[in-house]
Amino acid sequence: MLTGTGHRSNGGRASRLSPAAWLYVAAVVASALALLGQALGADPDLDVPARQAWTMLVLALLFLICDSAPTALASRQSAWSPSSSVTLAAVVLIGPVGALAVGATSLLSVRRGLDLTQRVFNASMYGLSAYAAGEAYLALGGHVGHPSYQSFPGIIGPFAVAAVVHVFINHGLLWGMLMLVPAAEPGQPAGALQRHLPMLFLSDLGYATLGLLIAALWSVGGAFAAVLVLVPLFVARWAIGQFAAQERAYAATMAALCQAVETKDCYTRGHSERVSRGSAMIAREVGMRSSRVEAIRYAGMLHDVGKLGVPTTVLQKSGALTEEEYAAIQLHPMRGLAIVREIGFLDEALAGIMHHHERMDGRGYPMGLAGDEIPEFARVIAVADAFDAMTSNRSYRGARSVDDAIADLRKWSGTQFDPALVDAFVAALRREGWDQPLSAAPQSADDVAAQDHDDPTAPLRVVETW
Amino acid sequence: MKPATAIGEGPAPAEPFRQAMDSGELLLVVGAGMLVVAAVAQTAAVGLIQPRIALAFGALIAFGEVLRLSLEGGREAAPIGSAGAFAYAVVLTVGGHAATQPALQVIAVVAVGMVLGALPHLAAGRPAGLAGIASRLIAVAVVAALFRPLSTDLPPITKPRDWGLALAAMAAVLIAGWLAECLISALISADALRARFRVALWDELRVQLPLGAAVAATAILIAFAADMMGLVALGVFIAPLLVTQVAFRRYAGIRATYLETVRALARVTEVGGYVEDGHARRVGRLAVVVGRELGMSEPELLELEYAALMHDIGQLSLRDPIPGGATVLASPEQQRRIAELGASVIDQAGVLDGVAEIVRYQSWPWRGRDREPPVGSRIIRAANAFDDLVGASAETSRTMAALEWLRLDTATEYDPRVVDALAKVAGRRHRSHR
Repeated sequence: MLTGTGHRSNGGRASRLSPAAWLYVAAVVASALALLGQALGADPDLDVPARQAWTMLVLALLFLICDSAPTALASRQSAWSPSSSVTLAAVVLIGPVGALAVGATSLLSVRRGLDLTQRVFNASMYGLSAYAAGEAYLALGGHVGHPSYQSFPGIIGPFAVAAVVHVFINHGLLWGMLMLVPAAEPGQPAGALQRHLPMLFLSDLGYATLGLLIAALWSVGGAFAAVLVLVPLFVARWAIGQFAAQERAYAATMAALCQAVETKDCYTRGHSERVSRGSAMIAREVGMRSSRVEAIRYAGMLHDVGKLGVPTTVLQKSGALTEEEYAAIQLHPMRGLAIVREIGFLDEALAGIMHHHERMDGRGYPMGLAGDEIPEFARVIAVADAFDAMTSNRSYRGARSVDDAIADLRKWSGTQFDPALVDAFVAALRREGWDQPLSAAPQSADDVAAQDHDDPTAPLRVVETW
Repeated sequence: MKPATAIGEGPAPAEPFRQAMDSGELLLVVGAGMLVVAAVAQTAAVGLIQPRIALAFGALIAFGEVLRLSLEGGREAAPIGSAGAFAYAVVLTVGGHAATQPALQVIAVVAVGMVLGALPHLAAGRPAGLAGIASRLIAVAVVAALFRPLSTDLPPITKPRDWGLALAAMAAVLIAGWLAECLISALISADALRARFRVALWDELRVQLPLGAAVAATAILIAFAADMMGLVALGVFIAPLLVTQVAFRRYAGIRATYLETVRALARVTEVGGYVEDGHARRVGRLAVVVGRELGMSEPELLELEYAALMHDIGQLSLRDPIPGGATVLASPEQQRRIAELGASVIDQAGVLDGVAEIVRYQSWPWRGRDREPPVGSRIIRAANAFDDLVGASAETSRTMAALEWLRLDTATEYDPRVVDALAKVAGRRHRSHR
């Protein structure tokens, strides 16, 4: 089950919520309270049999155990816990209202870093999804109480629908919240969560089915059987947590290695990461699916790795280049490809690295491809690459403003860049903004270059030898 | 589960059959094969008891075998298949009726299911994974042999008071089966990789524990739920285990990509002309083999391999490459700077502190500082020097000369234990080349 978490990193506290977000939270909480009130109103004497009260107590405890040990996902704004199986067991054992109450115990979660608003929201969200699942279960003829021999297989249909309803409403409500709350870290928008969503959706559905098992075993072994059910739940939680940790470690290592490559030239510090970010912005804007966005993120990061094969003296030369020197520069995408080829990447990412200096008019390198012959990834990276080169400081000129750079992108749109992608980038820039790099001062006179192979405003000058 | 092979060995060539099966694996497969022949013959002679139950479990096992999973260190697991097989071995009642299959029938049904599940892998040109199947099967055989004779004596689990005993018995035999499987895998990897048995067993237990616990718990749950749900319990259980499987698959995938990426990016020093072609990769492989010889565990070896692959990354910060790229001939001051720069690059990642530390101390001599450098640093120091002197060449005379050179410096520079291990490993490599 997905929950919102406290993102303490930069004080994304409730007080910073926008009015729209406040309204949203209030609406969710109000509907949960209304449902609870209505249910209690319908049964004013509150005659809960002792056995059912005991079941509810144990389920609530189980729910809290699951809910209190969630896995932080890459976005750090949301977390995943296997507690949906417990609420769905509650749906079968004690019905919709009981399930609502079990879900609402999330209010008491011992998780750190949650403020009151988040607790109230999470509790209402769980309560609502559990109640809706319970109603769906009843509507399809599901029977509330301990399942018996006769319950199977008839119970499976209503239960499956209840599970789907539960997962949908949980994810839907949280998604709405994430849309309204600005990302805690600018580099990691809700897209990071989107990448995980299909898997989380599946895992929630899978673990929801365990709810039926908890319910069925309840009549055999009572609460102890439910404890046994927790073992696979926690293993899955562990595996997903390990996966998320590895993914973060992977991204961090890659960034560090790319930075090592950039130490050759202090002016290009951070270039890879910004190109990676810009490429991902374009890719999302044109509606690429999340796996491709992920691939282009890495392709953007690695696009200039091949520059290492170019002698430093050539890269930083201030005068015109000789034919040989220019040839060495033209080869860098190929060298980059040679390094990256062995990583199990999508072929598309490789093509993006190899062709990121092609031009729409066919006058680029290394192959001189034109128009649609250029792989889409390469066209995307080319735009982000040139944009970052123009908005960064260079020894031969200061950093240009974002607006100037956009004007230049438009100027070369069609000849050098794909117009559709330039438009997409501009739209994304207007919405998300751009962090221009801080100006880096050259360390010594040696480091001064008067041109940059990425910068369309200062194209490489080649000595005419004929 | 297949014994660990991946770390440091590079991607293994995909062959439909493992053409060079190690002697240990061969013994295991032959032993399991004989067991299967006996079980199938016996079952055929007495006839299949409760064929519907056998068929349902067999189908689940075959399905689980199709969805095999690779774990870290190149191990292989089939959690769904194993859970189904263990459940068949410990199930007491199905839909209120006693399940009476004898141990040999369990072995026969599980074996047939596993082999059927391996066929799609063969058809897709992947390895059949006979050794993995054999060790999984033996684990099931242990459980069945221990539990089936007991099963008639256990009280029926439908009586609320008595199911605790059945639960305890199931848990005990499943733990025994799991230990047997880990023991076999450890024996095989000790034999194939010359790892120390105790280290190999520990690695095996560590890697298999989470999935093993999930599989055993699921098997017990199926066995209990089958009492009320009947065979539907099998169907209900596929979904959650599938999810665990997806999570583990993605975890294994990102681990593999991680290693692949570091291996590939370590080559930037070669493309940049800082070091000889293939240097990083050779040092990485050599360091891992030497580390294993010295009894390092898998997580330590992984850290060592990362450090070895990236040990020259600090050279990128040098304005001009060292002539020939051989750091062994560079001045101590320069070696220290390269190590420092490299470590600071790795520190940037924030997640590889152990690796950064190994890289940082690679320039330290073995003796003569206030404390000993970490063993990983000592290994990389020796492996790097060895590769700088020998390179890609496989000439015996050059290897011998390089080893001699290292030995002369064991008083202060190189750890004699590391140099001994290196000599042993290099000797093995030469024998296998001939």
